[in-house]
Amino acid sequence: MAERSFKAEVEQLRLGEGQVFHGEGILAVTKALLQAGVAYVGGYQGSPISHLMDVFADANELMGELGVHFESSASEATAAAMLAASVNYPLRGAVAWKSVVGTNVASDALSNVASGGVTGGALVILGEDYGEGSSIMQERTHAFAMKSQMWLLDPRPSLPLIVDMVEKGFELSEASNTPVMLELRIRACHVTGSFVAKDNQRPKLTVGEAAESPVRDTDRIVLPPANFLHEVEKIEQRWPAAIRFIQEHQLNEHFGTDQDEIGIIVQGGLFNSANRALELLGLSDAYGNAALPIYVLNVAYPLIPDEVVEFCAGKKAVLIVEEGQPEFVEHELNTLIRRADLQTRIVGKDVLPRAGEYSGAVIRDGIAKFLRAYAPDRAPAEEPAPPPALPPSAIPQRPAGFCTGCPERPIFSAMKLVQKELGDFHVSADIGCHLFSILPPFHIGNTTMGYGLGTAGASAFKTREKRTVAIMGDGGFWHNGLTSGIGNAVFNQDDNLTIIVDNGYSAATGGQDILSSRAKPPGRKTNNPIEKAVRGIGIGWARTMTRTYDVAAMRDAIREALTSKQKGPKVLVAQSECQLNRQRRIKPLMAEAIKSGQRVVRERFGVDPDTCTGDHSCIRLSGCPSLTIKPNPDPLRQDPIAHVENSCVGCGVCGEVSHAAVLCPSFYKAQIITNPDRRDRFRQRVRSWVIGALQRRSARAIAARAF
Amino acid sequence: MAQRNRFTIAVLGLGGQGGGVLADWIVQLGEKNGYIAQGTSVPGVAQRTGATTYYIEMIPAGGPAQPVLALTPVPGDVDVVIASELMETGRAILRGFVSKDTTLIGSTHRVYAISEKSAMGDGRASNDRILAAAAERSKRFVGFDMEAASERVGTVISSVLFGALAGSGALPFAREAYEAAIRAGGKGVDASLKGFAAGYDAAQGKLVEAVDAPTAPEPTTEAGRTLAARVRARLPTAAHGFAIEGVRRLMDYQDAAYASLYLDRLEHLGSDPVLLTEAARHLALWMSYEDTIRVADLKVRASRFARVRGEVKAKDDQIVQLTEYMHPRLEEICETLPAGIGRRILASQSWSHRLERFFTKGRHVETTSLRWFMMLSILAGWRRFRRGTLRYELEQARIEDWLTLVRAAEPATALELVKCQRLIKGYGDTFARGLANYGRITDRYRTASLSAAQLRALREAALADEEGVALEQALAS
Repeated sequence: MAERSFKAEVEQLRLGEGQVFHGEGILAVTKALLQAGVAYVGGYQGSPISHLMDVFADANELMGELGVHFESSASEATAAAMLAASVNYPLRGAVAWKSVVGTNVASDALSNVASGGVTGGALVILGEDYGEGSSIMQERTHAFAMKSQMWLLDPRPSLPLIVDMVEKGFELSEASNTPVMLELRIRACHVTGSFVAKDNQRPKLTVGEAAESPVRDTDRIVLPPANFLHEVEKIEQRWPAAIRFIQEHQLNEHFGTDQDEIGIIVQGGLFNSANRALELLGLSDAYGNAALPIYVLNVAYPLIPDEVVEFCAGKKAVLIVEEGQPEFVEHELNTLIRRADLQTRIVGKDVLPRAGEYSGAVIRDGIAKFLRAYAPDRAPAEEPAPPPALPPSAIPQRPAGFCTGCPERPIFSAMKLVQKELGDFHVSADIGCHLFSILPPFHIGNTTMGYGLGTAGASAFKTREKRTVAIMGDGGFWHNGLTSGIGNAVFNQDDNLTIIVDNGYSAATGGQDILSSRAKPPGRKTNNPIEKAVRGIGIGWARTMTRTYDVAAMRDAIREALTSKQKGPKVLVAQSECQLNRQRRIKPLMAEAIKSGQRVVRERFGVDPDTCTGDHSCIRLSGCPSLTIKPNPDPLRQDPIAHVENSCVGCGVCGEVSHAAVLCPSFYKAQIITNPDRRDRFRQRVRSWVIGALQRRSARAIAARAF
Repeated sequence: MAQRNRFTIAVLGLGGQGGGVLADWIVQLGEKNGYIAQGTSVPGVAQRTGATTYYIEMIPAGGPAQPVLALTPVPGDVDVVIASELMETGRAILRGFVSKDTTLIGSTHRVYAISEKSAMGDGRASNDRILAAAAERSKRFVGFDMEAASERVGTVISSVLFGALAGSGALPFAREAYEAAIRAGGKGVDASLKGFAAGYDAAQGKLVEAVDAPTAPEPTTEAGRTLAARVRARLPTAAHGFAIEGVRRLMDYQDAAYASLYLDRLEHLGSDPVLLTEAARHLALWMSYEDTIRVADLKVRASRFARVRGEVKAKDDQIVQLTEYMHPRLEEICETLPAGIGRRILASQSWSHRLERFFTKGRHVETTSLRWFMMLSILAGWRRFRRGTLRYELEQARIEDWLTLVRAAEPATALELVKCQRLIKGYGDTFARGLANYGRITDRYRTASLSAAQLRALREAALADEEGVALEQALAS
């Protein structure tokens, strides 16, 4: 079960001709795929395209009816390799992932499928995780399109156009025998809008039918001499075919006026921001009626030489609005202009920043600079920026962190405690929520080399006395860590410790199920224990801790793994369910139980304000969002006290930490019993009778000696 | 420039505050009332407790073509900024979203960032600068504690923010249109409508936030009245507040005689009002050091049981059971014993060794069970023997030692010495660390006669980090 249920969105997938679809950009793509008669879909979840995977995962029934095959691939490489189905057969297939990271993982298969070429349309849907909200290295997928020669669609963020581009993308792929990438930026994935739907199409050929009548063409396989043939084919046939198709179907668009001595070329995905920038400069309106010509590259690669030359001819200067670096499009434009012997000046990164997201404000400032240089009469007056109202230091940063009750937090609390005893370790971190360990308050982790690569990242350290620790998530483990990390450590006789965070989901990407998940979703085989897998691959020292919240036990297990006499790689599986998903799972069950009169015990923690002295050691070892501070009610004390908010889910880490670290007696656990049974009530009566009497007596004594 | 008839709205919030729901409501509101509305967001990892933004644009439907709406707010072009927390309000200002054309709707409550929470002393950012900038930079600032308002009606902050948006009149829609958007959402409608109403009224200026001024405690006993009179007669006015609180606290902690000792000590510190005010604070805190007796006493009180029930929001028909996480070490136990016995055990290797194993593990103390309640009550009652305990002896000696230093110092230095008491707090390892830091600073003071500024710098260094790195460097320089 994913973090969000998409039952309502699944219903929208059934819309027919003429009905209106409302929703997010990435969900519009799901509907567009079905409208285009896709035969199979795969992919690997990750922001910002997780919702696409989640919707398809929830749409089993519909997919069955249509004869469309969907699977949650084990990795992006798996998903890309799936496109092999479109090599020999006229099957339309689509795969999706977070880019650029997913494309990195997929690149071996992508190179192969791009080399041999495809018969059926092959579409790679990419969530370009760049700019604000991104969690990965800032690189461009564009480079992959160029080096493997796949076509890159970068549509304007308008739902009808995105939907159309999905269909055109398949056609382009088929017309040029080339896989096509459809790139959507973060905000475009999440932008809401609507489009008029068409009927879903059953695939003309299903994957089952294709498998039953195999077709073979060894010329499509990357092995000499075919590999050399492919390179020539790319240049002589596929590229010209693509250019023809793009021109004929006018995939790139023109906005604004026809004639001018200046103009703007913009990546499709940036058009809305560019138009807003022009609007703020008084050069366009809310409908894209710009006062100068704009050429919109809905196809970012390849460029169409004729269109470029036609647009640039007669212009003094053309601004290219191209996000990210290197500025591939700008380079290519300069080449095309030179070849056509035009004197047009191509202006790009000299007025726009070389790095960083191109928000409306950034583009506005860039266009203003461009105008000042090439059309000063239309340039805005230069205004000094108003002095900042606040210095950045006035606003504390809010790094992402572990959720309330997260089972990963106690693992790092325990590590901190072990570090206090044994000194600091080199810690090779991984990709996943657990990477938040590098942030305050834990400050644990030295490097991260990619998803599932925590153990591999520690492999250079053939330790002498002090062992190195690697972290890996269950998602990364099944993605590749089992072989790239654990297998490698066994084979090379490492002596390090790998802590595998087994929270039951691919949690960071939205709580999707994986091989070791405890849930039993239909159509998937889960409940494959990680410890069994690592033992199977040759790990001798393996242990599973089934309650990470027991900080003392975690600390002892980590200490033992690091000090054990036994040589060889060690694996500690730290197992507790992702709290975000657990709450989503049990909250309705609890509410239901309370409603039906069943006895329900809710636990939460608290801090006594009169014993807390405001040192915040507990926060430095826990970092739970529900463990916060509040003004000290004590008029004499100055430092704020610790305080547990009602959002507490009762995981108990704060209490366990204060226990294990010998901190303070201020924490208490409250068990709140709803619908108490007869035994509870009887015990409570006896207790309140005795305790009440004693409390009344001592209250009298306190009052007698009071101020 | 073409006429601008669109609205742009930026929502800044924290993961888990319901910002997505709020954005959906606003989009709904526009779409159902003759506008084309577009929302977008950057969730990703920000959902995991970080700061996150939503951005909505709307423009009247029926224009000449499909409108081209932007996906990012542009500074100077944002009509409404909604921020669900005070520092997020500040962040909106910092990012330039708030201009003289902007209606700024911001909750004034705080959700502390990890850097503020984990400071060893008080690491909180200043609220005043944000509030001042919010009022100065915006067209209108609708700011009040929306978290408290939402808690009062039992809903989440998003509905109060939505109500404040409606009440601000920044968008051309009637109240009913907003309520319809909430109803269309379908989940928790009644609670959301209540939150909406609270936000609406507040934005319309119909909410008066109760400000409870701190009141000085009034004496209730004869002994209390005598000591209060003594404070007023012999201490400067500035010190009265802390001194009376100190007396109240020490009478509760021990008895009137102990409070009287407190006043004796204060009165011997001279007549400088600034020094006496701070000394009244810190001496009371030191004299009410947290020993096991005090902790037990506070844990078993009826007032505490009631406070916890309130804090966990227990209803009358629910039973609340309490478990404490205590970790008394052998030191603390011995220090509660009569001084002679306690000291002998701690000094004897064999005894310490034999007893220590009983105190290596933390205890889960179930205060609401009869057995543990009795035990804690007996420990609390040990108060009457406190003057004989080892800890009492140790602390009184430390206090006298400190006061001697203070008395001998110049006024400015004396004040800084007094404030060094702030370093000593907490229990177990935390207490030991604080006491050690205090000791290192006063030792240095004794040998090198530090200036007031140097003392302050050392004290601040001691609060800079847990490992004592900053203090080490400060002492070395």
